[in-house]
Amino acid sequence: MKSLYIIIVGGGKIGYYLGKALMNQGHEVLIIEKEVRTYERLEDELGSCCMRGDGCETAVLSEAGLNRADVLISTTSHDEDNLVSCQVAKHRFKVPRTISLVNNPINDKIFRKLGVDATISVTNTILEHVEQEIPAHPLIHLLTMSGQMEEVVELVITKDSPAMGKSIGQLRLPPDTTIALLMRENEKPRIPDADTMLKENDRVIALTTMDSEKTLERNLLG
Amino acid sequence: MPGTQSIKQSKKSIVIMGCGRVGGKLAAMFDAAGHKVTVLDLDAYSFRRLPPTFSGTALIGNGTDEDMLRKAGIEAADAFIALTQGDNRNVMAAQIAKYVFKVPRVICRIYDPLRKDIYEQLGIESISPTEVFADLLFNRLEKV
Repeated sequence: MKSLYIIIVGGGKIGYYLGKALMNQGHEVLIIEKEVRTYERLEDELGSCCMRGDGCETAVLSEAGLNRADVLISTTSHDEDNLVSCQVAKHRFKVPRTISLVNNPINDKIFRKLGVDATISVTNTILEHVEQEIPAHPLIHLLTMSGQMEEVVELVITKDSPAMGKSIGQLRLPPDTTIALLMRENEKPRIPDADTMLKENDRVIALTTMDSEKTLERNLLG
Repeated sequence: MPGTQSIKQSKKSIVIMGCGRVGGKLAAMFDAAGHKVTVLDLDAYSFRRLPPTFSGTALIGNGTDEDMLRKAGIEAADAFIALTQGDNRNVMAAQIAKYVFKVPRVICRIYDPLRKDIYEQLGIESISPTEVFADLLFNRLEKV
């Protein structure tokens, strides 16, 4: 594996553990932390792998060697700081890949629109797991594609669903949605065709987008 | 002053984020000139800066939150001005106003001149008080 130079902005819990994990994977990591006390704790353990400064400031990022960085990950608890770090990295230093932690889930979409390559929302991630644990939930988020608006979801057909008893070809799917897989009890998972009829308790895996998710849920599950 | 004329022509809807000294004064000025003003601040105490005659709306809330901006009437706003103490907050709110809500005129205060240059290049109309004030002082003192 190619070793990357990864800059992490924010040395809180997430930045610290993420930095250590990436170092263990053999990458070169630099953590930038603004708060003096947090920085001192980091420095005791990580030495020259951390740097004190404001990760939104051009001078600090320049000193951190952003010109040769492969990835910048911003992990602070302030979304506005995360956004600015990523944008400065991208536009001023041409960092190929910027990843931002998103504290307010509503910013997930906005950040991608404003040029951040990938976003990670802690709230949404936890929510996805909760949905998977609750069997009654009709639409389950399985995966969000990095850097795009696409996602993989699972829909469980019940006897009251509009899709119940219909064939895949009869479903009213949003144009950017594809039914990828059908899982039925005691059967091997398979790729359904237009004539496949949906039964109760069928689990349908679909590739869709954040914008079309609601329409998909309404048309298939009611 | 450029811009004054276009504002004068009709009643405009203006959203101001940050009711500090500048934000409060600007809100009062637009209000007195007959425009529809909404001013946002995280702290209700900041609204003491608005004059008793102020007839606009004062809202407690975070201007970097899309839902809050919607509540402040950003969808129908003619102009949005970001004037909080935080450069990054201003920059983020200004971009949401411009690129998500397509507000026709967006102006953003950025203290850090380097950051201002970057966002100016990205198409955000920005003013750095640091630059403006330093220039002003330099020009005055140089004449002495």
